[in-house]
Amino acid sequence: MNPLIVIGPVVLLLLVLGFVTYAIYFERKIIGWMQSRVGPNQVGPFGLLQTVADVMKLWMKEDIIPQKADKFLFQLAPIVAFVPSFVVLAVIPFTDQIKFADLGVGLLYYLAVSSITILGMLIGGWSSNNKYSLLGGIRSTAQMISYEVPLILSVVGVILSTQTLNLTEIVNAQKNVWFIFPQFLGFIVFLIASLAELNRTPFDLPEAESEIVAGYHVEYTGFRFAFFMLTEYVYVFAMASLTTILFLGGWHAPFGLTFIPPIIWFLLKFSLIVFFLFWLRATFPRLRADQLMPFAWKVLVPLAIANVFLSVILKELPIIQAYY
Amino acid sequence: MLRTEEMILNVGPQHPSTHGVLRLLVTLDGEVIKEATPVIGYLHRGTEKLAEDLNYTQIIPYTDRLDYLSAMTNNYALVHAVESMMELEIPERAEYLRVITMELNRIASHLVWMGTFLLDVGAMSPFLFAFRDREQILDLLNELCGARITFNYMRVGGVKWDAPEGWLRKVKDFVAYMRKKMKEYHRLITGNEIFVQRTKGVGRYDQERAIQYSLSGANLRVTGVKWDLRKDQPYSIYDRFEFDIPTGKTGDLYEKYICRMQEIVESLKIVDQAIEQFPEKGPIMGKVPRVLRVPEGEIYAGIESPRGELGCHIVSKGKDKPWRLKFRRPSFYNLQILPTLLKGENISNLVVILGGIDIVLGEVDG
Repeated sequence: MNPLIVIGPVVLLLLVLGFVTYAIYFERKIIGWMQSRVGPNQVGPFGLLQTVADVMKLWMKEDIIPQKADKFLFQLAPIVAFVPSFVVLAVIPFTDQIKFADLGVGLLYYLAVSSITILGMLIGGWSSNNKYSLLGGIRSTAQMISYEVPLILSVVGVILSTQTLNLTEIVNAQKNVWFIFPQFLGFIVFLIASLAELNRTPFDLPEAESEIVAGYHVEYTGFRFAFFMLTEYVYVFAMASLTTILFLGGWHAPFGLTFIPPIIWFLLKFSLIVFFLFWLRATFPRLRADQLMPFAWKVLVPLAIANVFLSVILKELPIIQAYY
Repeated sequence: MLRTEEMILNVGPQHPSTHGVLRLLVTLDGEVIKEATPVIGYLHRGTEKLAEDLNYTQIIPYTDRLDYLSAMTNNYALVHAVESMMELEIPERAEYLRVITMELNRIASHLVWMGTFLLDVGAMSPFLFAFRDREQILDLLNELCGARITFNYMRVGGVKWDAPEGWLRKVKDFVAYMRKKMKEYHRLITGNEIFVQRTKGVGRYDQERAIQYSLSGANLRVTGVKWDLRKDQPYSIYDRFEFDIPTGKTGDLYEKYICRMQEIVESLKIVDQAIEQFPEKGPIMGKVPRVLRVPEGEIYAGIESPRGELGCHIVSKGKDKPWRLKFRRPSFYNLQILPTLLKGENISNLVVILGGIDIVLGEVDG
């Protein structure tokens, strides 16, 4: 048996945990900088150990299960939410060499598995037996299910162009032109829908602090709460990777700058997406719950369908054909 | 048919966006509000009753704690009522200092409103920007009277402290700075599509309703009523300044925001003019007897606080303490329209509509 199969996931988990630790740190630093604050700077040099300290704090917190909560479901929810977020990373090819599972239907796998997380949130919201968490749970379920439709439709254009669901081949198809150019409409829809999937500003309704306090995880404390937060940041990692792969050409170097190793290119593009997510958080207000659904169904879905049509037509045109 | 049930949701008093300790009992049908009942009194300290055992100078620090976002106007409401009853002459310099501090405080108060309102809408950054600029005002006022929030600055007959060296120039610099920052706010917030969508047409009421509920301040002006006590019943030296009263038309939240932002600009204008006209020399305290004995009788004097008409009603029996002191606290009156506004609204509009009224719980509960 290939030892990589055993070691690989452990290494990846550590990498992802490292990413989450410093993504939170950078988010706080970046937003702090945008809001003319300092951000964390006390724990460790430049506050680099802030997240570590936060996790330690959560670790030591009392684990409270509300008396009237559904105990079994309450304990199950963080696991149901977290596991898919990590499992989806298996199909992400970071470079030509660094990848774990080279599935033929990688993209489909990602989209299918990631939607299990919704179940975790719904269970968490329901089992807490708290009205705020119930509202949050319902909201996140409604939101994530609705936005999954445009998310999937928006990548259909990419699939049509490459005629594969394998993520490695999708990246290789972008050797000359990144899909962000021919699939621009698809990219925009994908980006917006992925924001909603990630529950990030301006779609952070499920955990709108000023409305429903904290949403589905309002009753969670300590490490169970940490798991929900972890889930979100792992999804930021996964979604940023997926965006890079689908639309930004994965590890391929632009302008023939091939002397920079592919993994660096991947990380650069990936960081750009992550930075973009943080940037939005500092800029935008939140959408309202009843404006959210019409936006998904009346704007994004038609746009995504239009994109599919456009891709099909352009694919048959003689000159442009080469780019599709 | 599915069996549906109404749900009673308890919002507050520890909810993050009830702006203090307001509690709302909300009856929900799905996500639609059937009924909302405000429960107040968590911050009640009995200021009015306490005042009956205090002499007039001792009451001033208590007024600081009513509307703690604009203590200057509260100070002034009390001293203005007492001064009108005693028919005192106020030195010019003191009047100008009062106007400058009150207007600066109005800007600070509106900035806090703007920041917290945007926080209710879900944007984080404007809140921090607003507090950064408010800090400048607090620093200025701190330099003047040694306190950042509870100023205790005004006295019957004048003000407690004179402006230190160079203070006026700093205020002038601040006015220029703030004018620049206003453009920044408009770039960041006013044009934002999501913000417009969330506030336009939300929480509307018309003139008639506003008057029925005796709303005042921006809550009234937003419906198109041009009513500002600084213009309509001029007190202090407000008749010497040129400024406009911003009004709205439709009475929705977006116009409330625009109205209050324009009020900041108007306040800046007043501060600017006050600095120009500021008398070089002169006393800051008028001739006041050692023990303040207000002649027998009663008086009501209203002024325009950032939140609306702040009135002070004094009934005196000729002693050095009021027989009865009553504040017309604008937040309390403005809050009364909330249950009618919330009926039939979506739950996600709850916090924005509440935020739009601009209440300070210290004032609501008294």
